Amino acid sequence: MKFSIYRYNPEKDNKPYMRDYELELLPTDRMLLDAILRIKTMDDSLGLRKSCREGVCGSDGMNINGKNGLACVTPLKDLKEPVVLRPLPGFPVIRDLIVDMGQFFKQYHSVKPYLINDNPPPQKERLQSPEDREELDGLYECVLCGCCSASCPSFWWNPDKFVGPAALLQAYRFIADTRDEATSERLDNLEDPYRLFRCHTIMNCADACPKGLNPTEAIGRIKKQMVKRMV
Amino acid sequence: MALPRQIFDTVIVGGGGSGLRAALQLAEAGNHVAVFSKVFPTRSHTVAAQGGIGASLGNMQEDHWLWHMYDTIKGSDYLGDQDAIEFMCRKAAEVVYELEHFGMPFDRNPDGTIYQRPFGGHSQNFGQRPVQRACAAADRTGHAMLHTLYQRNVRAHCQFFVEWMVLDLIRDYEGVVVGIVALEMETGQPMIFQAKSTILATGGAGRIYQSSTNAFINTGDGLGIAARAGIPLEDMEFWQFHPTGVAGAGVLITEAVRGEGGILLNSKGERFMERYAPTMKDLASRDVVSRAMDKEIKEGRGAGPEKDYVLLKLDHLGTEVINKRLPGILEIALKFANVDPTRDPIPVVPTCHYQMGGIPTNYYGQVVAPRGSSGSNEVVPGLYAIGECACVSVHGANRLGTNSLLDLLVFGKSAGDHVREWLKGNPQHRDLPQDAADRSLERLARLDNAESGENISEVAAAMRRTVQHHAGVFRTGKLLAEGVTKIQQVAERARNTAIKDKSRVFNTARIEALELENLVIVAEATLVAAEARTESRGAQAREDFKDRDDKNWLKHSLWYLEGSRLDYKPVNLQPLTVESFEPKVRVY
Ligand SMILES: Cc1cc2nc3c(=O)[nH]c(=O)nc-3n(C[C@H](O)[C@H](O)[C@H](O)COP(=O)(O)OP(=O)(O)OC[C@H]3O[C@@H](n4cnc5c(N)ncnc54)[C@H](O)[C@@H]3O)c2cc1C
Ligand code: SF4
Ligand code: SF4
Ligand code: FES
Repeated sequence: MKFSIYRYNPEKDNKPYMRDYELELLPTDRMLLDAILRIKTMDDSLGLRKSCREGVCGSDGMNINGKNGLACVTPLKDLKEPVVLRPLPGFPVIRDLIVDMGQFFKQYHSVKPYLINDNPPPQKERLQSPEDREELDGLYECVLCGCCSASCPSFWWNPDKFVGPAALLQAYRFIADTRDEATSERLDNLEDPYRLFRCHTIMNCADACPKGLNPTEAIGRIKKQMVKRMV
Repeated sequence: MALPRQIFDTVIVGGGGSGLRAALQLAEAGNHVAVFSKVFPTRSHTVAAQGGIGASLGNMQEDHWLWHMYDTIKGSDYLGDQDAIEFMCRKAAEVVYELEHFGMPFDRNPDGTIYQRPFGGHSQNFGQRPVQRACAAADRTGHAMLHTLYQRNVRAHCQFFVEWMVLDLIRDYEGVVVGIVALEMETGQPMIFQAKSTILATGGAGRIYQSSTNAFINTGDGLGIAARAGIPLEDMEFWQFHPTGVAGAGVLITEAVRGEGGILLNSKGERFMERYAPTMKDLASRDVVSRAMDKEIKEGRGAGPEKDYVLLKLDHLGTEVINKRLPGILEIALKFANVDPTRDPIPVVPTCHYQMGGIPTNYYGQVVAPRGSSGSNEVVPGLYAIGECACVSVHGANRLGTNSLLDLLVFGKSAGDHVREWLKGNPQHRDLPQDAADRSLERLARLDNAESGENISEVAAAMRRTVQHHAGVFRTGKLLAEGVTKIQQVAERARNTAIKDKSRVFNTARIEALELENLVIVAEATLVAAEARTESRGAQAREDFKDRDDKNWLKHSLWYLEGSRLDYKPVNLQPLTVESFEPKVRVY
């Protein structure tokens, strides 16, 4: 199978280049990550992040044949040759497929991604009905891989000002939690021409999410709540 | 070479569940704490835990911490220390409620309480019938827990050093631990971090096996770090094989599948666990189920063209239950087994999953080691270990499912509390020794200077093959002795590795070379300790010594890197307040 992989090592390369590799696939090579790691045994200088190899840690987000995804859950048999691999678009490249996610996490932290409830907790658990708990499905499963934000034109142009789909999804995860008491503070935090309203509902983010989550929908719900509290 | 230096009250090595729980306890108390992690904290392997957290909340049926304690001791095949087990089971409800208060999205019962599911080895009334004790967030409990703990740490303004690899401990001339040496991956720069207390929370080392449910980063760094600093490793022969890893892929299918009603079948369609464990059946403890599966396969009743796996059937649970309670499993089965579990069974095999042994500690998380030949346990001042890298020992020779996430919470918290006490009595930083960074710098220099040598991935593959073949589900003296010889050859090769890429910036080849040094230490400890233990107990099943031998082997092994030497210490059979549970024959 043929691969073309983005290479850049700031210590020796003036600029990035694409390098071709060819790999004889083994029956045990099912996912793209399996193949990349075998390429890495031939060329140990190839840099990428990886850990869980099952799509739950969010380490190996990259651009695969033009679409963002996690290499460990991308089946090789679905890929057209040559398989073109690039770092997540819009993020500064540290080396090869490794990008700097600093800005992405800064935006995540900016939405106060933790439960706020200053009432003293009960002796046991806070109660929540199964229906209220269901509101968190499709939100809490995010693995912070960045595939969505790295597919969002608004995030490319304004990563410092626009919160981006991943962090907005998490903002909504706490707004939707019946145990959280900071909804209005959270909405204030986002009521800004850039932070939330740079989203133009292009839907790239939902297409890109390897966990099947839908940030666009969450963003829509935040917007609805803002409208609701205005009237 | 003088390295740059930073100073903290406490450094925590590891941003998984245990490290984050300890960090929270300290950061919320205003302690100056730094957490180091090889990966962004939410990428730690706690994120992969699926099934649940064990706690006798009694939300589903009557339950009691004493029953949980009994199950844990029995599960451990009586090798667990009963003081630590009582401590953990009594604290379980408290730490789970706290986690809920932090925002953990637990599944709920109609009355609003936390949903709990049955899990292997957990029972009501001292083994009478299965009980629902595993507190769950679908089959993504670890993900939900790790993110919740990270989020709470963000709130507490905890300081993180992300993508830093800790290389070694610094001990002064009196043996007190005074900090660490760590390498920043992005720049390749090593640095000294001076601290009054250091907590190791580096997780497991399941990557010593070929077939493993563990992530690539689970390379036993904490164990290598401790062993190089002269600290023994406890009970390293005990590795848990999870009954249900996806055949060929290694990815885990949680025991929650059987908790929710899934069953194991052999090639004849027979529910074979009824023969091996008449009461608990498919929910017997993991060592029992894994051995039964191995036996079915060896006796020719495996399924598939090569008859080398068994089948996990869950379609009878119905699509609704599978979608709601096991959505992650649905995803994994489709992706990694090419099977739609709502219609067809999943091919599964016993797969290396969890390390029961580790760095010896007491239930405050303090690292303890015998001093001289006195045989007594003495605290290594300034050093703590928690989570999978530690051996308290609550899991003994076999861990019960859901008890690891619980262990992270209970001992992460108690280590945090104990560090606060320790800091009161030790308010000053001690001087760094002259040679503080020498060991680490030598390791780095060797890799920088080696022009040619062994290939990292080849040595790593040889190690995994050796451990898989010689220290698998069933073991014999001959197999183990050969394994010891082979692994010592592999260790020698690992000392002579070379990497082609010598660059500084995010050099993953260098990181993998450093990880390999730790892995081979763990692998050697495993084989040496397993060969010496001439009995079958929990996860150690010897075909040449089929029975448990309490007279000679009711003791913990301690392996020292220096000379690959073994020592032993007694099991603590004395709980804190209740009566001792005397060793009995285990039936499920
Ligand atoms: C697939 C799977 C499912 C599981 N399901 C369950 C379950 O349902 N219930 C249950 O109780 N248990 C379960 N377990 C077991 C449990 O998840 C683990 O034992 C536990 O999460 C380990 O947590 P930890 O905090 O010790 O380490 P980890 O979460 O592994 O974290 C280790 C941390 O240490 C860091 N680190 C390691 N080395 C270094 C170094 N040299 N320098 C800097 N940082 C370093 C890593 O970056 C990471 O942050 C499961 C395990 C697996 C593999
Ligand atoms: S829907 Fe909004 S957040 Fe998603 S890609 Fe489009 S602009 Fe970005
Ligand atoms: S929403 Fe999806 S794509 Fe975006 S960070 Fe989360 S898991 Fe990744
Ligand atoms: S390696 Fe964890 S998501 Fe791919």
